[in-house]
Amino acid sequence: MLQSLFDGILVGSILSLGAIGLTLIMHILRFANFSHAELISLGAYFTLTLDKTITALSSVLASKLPALSVSVSLIIAMLLALLITGIIAAIIDVLVFKRLRDNAGPLTMVFASFGIALIMRNVIGLVYGLKSTHYNSDIAFAMMISADPLLLVKADQLFILALTLVVMVALHLLITKTSLGFALLAISENPTLAQVNGINLAAMVRLAWLLGGALAAIAGVCYALNNQLSPVMGRDLVLSLFAAAIVGGIGSIYGAALGGLIVGLAGSLALVYIPTGYKPAIPFVIILLALYIRPNGLFGQER
Amino acid sequence: MIGVISYLAFFLTIALILAIAVLGLNLQWGFTGLFNGGIVAFFGAGAYGLVLLGGPERVDGFGGFGLPYPVALAGGIVLSGLLALLVGLATTRLRHDYLAIATFGVAIALESVVRNAEYLTGGAKGLRGFARPFESTVANPLAYNLLFLGVVVICLVAVYTFLETLVRSPFGRLLRAVRENERAARSLGKSPPTIRLTSFVLGAMIMGLSGGLYATFYAFISPQDLAPILTFQIWAMLIVGGSGNNRGAILGTLVVWGSWVGSGWLLTAAAPQEWQLYAGSIQYILIGCIIVLTLLARPRGLLPEKLTQMSYKTR
Repeated sequence: MLQSLFDGILVGSILSLGAIGLTLIMHILRFANFSHAELISLGAYFTLTLDKTITALSSVLASKLPALSVSVSLIIAMLLALLITGIIAAIIDVLVFKRLRDNAGPLTMVFASFGIALIMRNVIGLVYGLKSTHYNSDIAFAMMISADPLLLVKADQLFILALTLVVMVALHLLITKTSLGFALLAISENPTLAQVNGINLAAMVRLAWLLGGALAAIAGVCYALNNQLSPVMGRDLVLSLFAAAIVGGIGSIYGAALGGLIVGLAGSLALVYIPTGYKPAIPFVIILLALYIRPNGLFGQER
Repeated sequence: MIGVISYLAFFLTIALILAIAVLGLNLQWGFTGLFNGGIVAFFGAGAYGLVLLGGPERVDGFGGFGLPYPVALAGGIVLSGLLALLVGLATTRLRHDYLAIATFGVAIALESVVRNAEYLTGGAKGLRGFARPFESTVANPLAYNLLFLGVVVICLVAVYTFLETLVRSPFGRLLRAVRENERAARSLGKSPPTIRLTSFVLGAMIMGLSGGLYATFYAFISPQDLAPILTFQIWAMLIVGGSGNNRGAILGTLVVWGSWVGSGWLLTAAAPQEWQLYAGSIQYILIGCIIVLTLLARPRGLLPEKLTQMSYKTR
């Protein structure tokens, strides 16, 4: 039970990062982006390539941090990858979503996002192969924190928790302390009123994509550290991300963070009672419950 | 010659079975503007419903009631409708992309149930041994396949006629009214959520019919038949053909299914050995490109929706 709680919080914190970008775009551009989860795979795989490149260039950076399977080069690679992923997210918007936004309805964008997800996932499969892989092949040993109730924790997992916490705090500071954050919040609260006050909508949309892509990339690296890299990792996460965004309330950044934890915990605790095979169905049950009981989520406004 | 005819019959049977599902989607998306991201779930419910109700008795599981074929087929269709009702009741009152998320979810949930609930669905092995109607009376397999193709054509024509009548009826105008301007429809005292729900459930039942015919044709259904790619293929068929046009939907099915089968054949025949593993990925990218490029370059499809003379007069 304690182990399930820990695993739930760990997975939940990763989901939170992914869901924040999703909920922002869903709110500002009013469409459910089914290709958002593919940015998670993209970020994870970019990090893999960059990490290999940096390691090849400098062996000093390849040395592991104490107790972790994470190296300095992996962290540098992740920072670069989150930038690239954010830019790619913004480019996809310009190439596809923006054109559809100008000429057709939001549902056409939903539709196109399915197509883009399909293309991204399979291109990753073509480039990196269909087999799953790891950042490094060393076996990370788990520390026994407590024997009864059993709780096994890997140092990497503590690293993931610390990283997501740092990112969340940074995001909180961005939103509450900077004018850029105020502008983003204003656009997502009321686009028309925000524009009247001189906020550039196009720039804020770009910022939302950059931010969403970057957070997705971090989520991807964390997920890959905790599990493994595979071309279908995005597909496996997409429904959980939607569940987190809906439970939290579309458009609420704090809601998405909390929603991610709720979905992660629910998924992990449910497996105590039901067979593992049914795991993919759990986010659907959460979505259905949320829509029947509280369709605007915990922090969402009625629209 | 016999080989060509029998292959053509096989190709057309599958294509026209899928065309029925595309017509169901056309009712939802083309005429009502409802996004169904989990077509495969309603297709699968129809297929499993049929085999469970009409199949031979199972020693190790539920179902196999051996009901007469029409009753079993209708049962599968009703099952698809009930599944649509479960999802539709939760979402037709809400933001329109919630239906997309919920239907996408129901497909994933259904797939995990059919994979794991062995007692109910046979698990990964699927359900075998379905006795196809009249198969014992028609000895020649080719003759039987041609006969079956005839039945599929009759079903397709029936669904087509039903939908053409429906969209020309006052109810069809209501569907388009809800699609074009929900607020205006509400101001005339109509209830958009109810209209959307009706259209969604009807469309899902048509997909259930398609699934039922598919399971009949193969006399077998397994989770492999419910791969998520089916949803995207059916979407591509509709968007290529032209959503809002039933004839376009059928044309789009033939074009996209032809390219799918053709590209698969080409990859098997021409691609080097080490690329064979990735043939599926290449085909998936093809479907993705068809969807995105059609939306960008020719959003109204090959045969665009015809707005009838009536709708101009009444302006």
